[in-house]
Amino acid sequence: MNSRRVLKNKIGTLFMKTLAGSVVVLLLAIAGGLFIHSGGLLTVKPLGKLLFSTDWHPLQGEFGYLSFIVGTLQVTLFALMLAVPFSLCTAIYLSEYAKKRTLAFFKSVIDILASIPSVIFGLWGVLVIVPLVGEFTALFPGGPATGYSLLSAALVLAVMILPFIIHIILEVLQSVSLSLREAALSLGATQWQTIRRVILRRALPGIIAACGLGLARAFGETMAVMMVAGNVAQIATSPFDPVYTLPALIANNYGEMFSVPLYDSALMFAALILFAVILVFNIISRLVLHRVERRM
Amino acid sequence: MLKEKLIKNIMRLCAFMLAGLLVFIIGVILVKGFTALKLSMLIETPRGGFYLGGEGGILNAIVGSLCIAAGATAIALLVSLPVVLYLNVHAKRHSGLAEAIRFAFDVLWGIPSIVYGAFGFSCMVFLGLKASLLAGILVIALVEIPVLARAVDEVVRFVPADLQSAVLSLGATNGEVAWKVMVRQVFPGVLTAMLLAFGRGIGDAAAVLFTAGFSDYIPRSLFEPVATLPLAIFFQLGSPFPAVQDRAFASALILTILVLVVSVSARLFSKKLARYRVHNL
Repeated sequence: MNSRRVLKNKIGTLFMKTLAGSVVVLLLAIAGGLFIHSGGLLTVKPLGKLLFSTDWHPLQGEFGYLSFIVGTLQVTLFALMLAVPFSLCTAIYLSEYAKKRTLAFFKSVIDILASIPSVIFGLWGVLVIVPLVGEFTALFPGGPATGYSLLSAALVLAVMILPFIIHIILEVLQSVSLSLREAALSLGATQWQTIRRVILRRALPGIIAACGLGLARAFGETMAVMMVAGNVAQIATSPFDPVYTLPALIANNYGEMFSVPLYDSALMFAALILFAVILVFNIISRLVLHRVERRM
Repeated sequence: MLKEKLIKNIMRLCAFMLAGLLVFIIGVILVKGFTALKLSMLIETPRGGFYLGGEGGILNAIVGSLCIAAGATAIALLVSLPVVLYLNVHAKRHSGLAEAIRFAFDVLWGIPSIVYGAFGFSCMVFLGLKASLLAGILVIALVEIPVLARAVDEVVRFVPADLQSAVLSLGATNGEVAWKVMVRQVFPGVLTAMLLAFGRGIGDAAAVLFTAGFSDYIPRSLFEPVATLPLAIFFQLGSPFPAVQDRAFASALILTILVLVVSVSARLFSKKLARYRVHNL
């Protein structure tokens, strides 16, 4: 009887351990799968030419990703510039000034905002942001004024990553120990001085990591950006120009993938670029956050 | 002192603008959606010429999304619950494998759904499969696993360590601690986590784009392509006909309400069921 229980436990443990290990394997499998599938393109084109050329003519067999990579970077960085100061202020208010009930209320707000699907943000962008940007663009002479632009995409994306960044910064700020606050205040520092000179200084690595995670998040955002960005394969020179991002490229062309040779391979390579960039940012930010958590 | 007050108020303003933003977004969707919503949208599948402004509804997409999210949540639970229990019961807190797995979950959590979609698509091409409900379920399960695992891990961590020691000292095996004691303790948390994952699954568009396809019919088997609400919104919005665009607004309303109901009930569940937990021994 007893040995049966022990045997059951052993088998169960083995099963659970295998399953747990397979989670780590999944990451490798994603990288491997995408790499193998993009092999068709990588064997006929040199990597440098793929990454640093803006010629995107799948019908002629020209695959240059530069305008998509630059487009994604532009939208992401722009969105981050808009979202980070706002997130930081909100998180500081919630962590340092707000009462418990206010904090609980805002935590619900953040969670609900985070649970809204990307396509809904996209629709909101089409209904509100795009016409607004369009009207603003129309004030300047020259150029098309549709509103589907880098600026619209960055605005919508900024709103989408707000709850995400606020949540992480809030956790970092709350993990700064109370005794540091008490020490600073007892020395006669005002609340703002305490925040600026003590808490923010202590939390800085965590805040930077939060921005890194926000960047990774924004980098891979697909539907909402695709719906408002205009999707023209060119390098945007003004915020009112349309842009085309890597995720939008993948999502937009799945239909015609098999009618053009190498096209499916090319789209999988785009996914591989995305995966690699996001993986790097995620790993660095997570490592920083882990260290921060342990230190505090 | 003036500076102190000014700074505090600027920060407060940011926080309240955030709440205002949420109300604004949901408000726009509600107003636009309710003016466009008709009962037939909810109870009919598309008829001929639906995408040109003809009769019909989006029942196919509603059912499709619910099927995909439900199937994916079930599979994600089957994978992540054993792993999380292993992490907390069997593995030592700071063992190499446990740290690596937690880290892998964190990283997987940050991978965007379009990459999961592309990966799923790659696998399908490799295996020679076509877009289907099953493929959609599997890929959304991948998207949901890290969400679910993290949420469950958060709950399991808060089970007092004494409880585990007490049960072990009675002669129970690790497996019995995990499946007979821990699971009951964290049951409310698991329900909440499942609802969160369900909400994430139902709203995901980028991953199902490649894998589930789209169809005007309610699927009869796992191997048929299936429509989803986010994609229905996306396709209808892309139409040049105002009548079809109106339907996109109505579909968005339905999706938003679904997601909000799921997310609010997740919150209520976790509060209500928390009283059955052992807090401290």
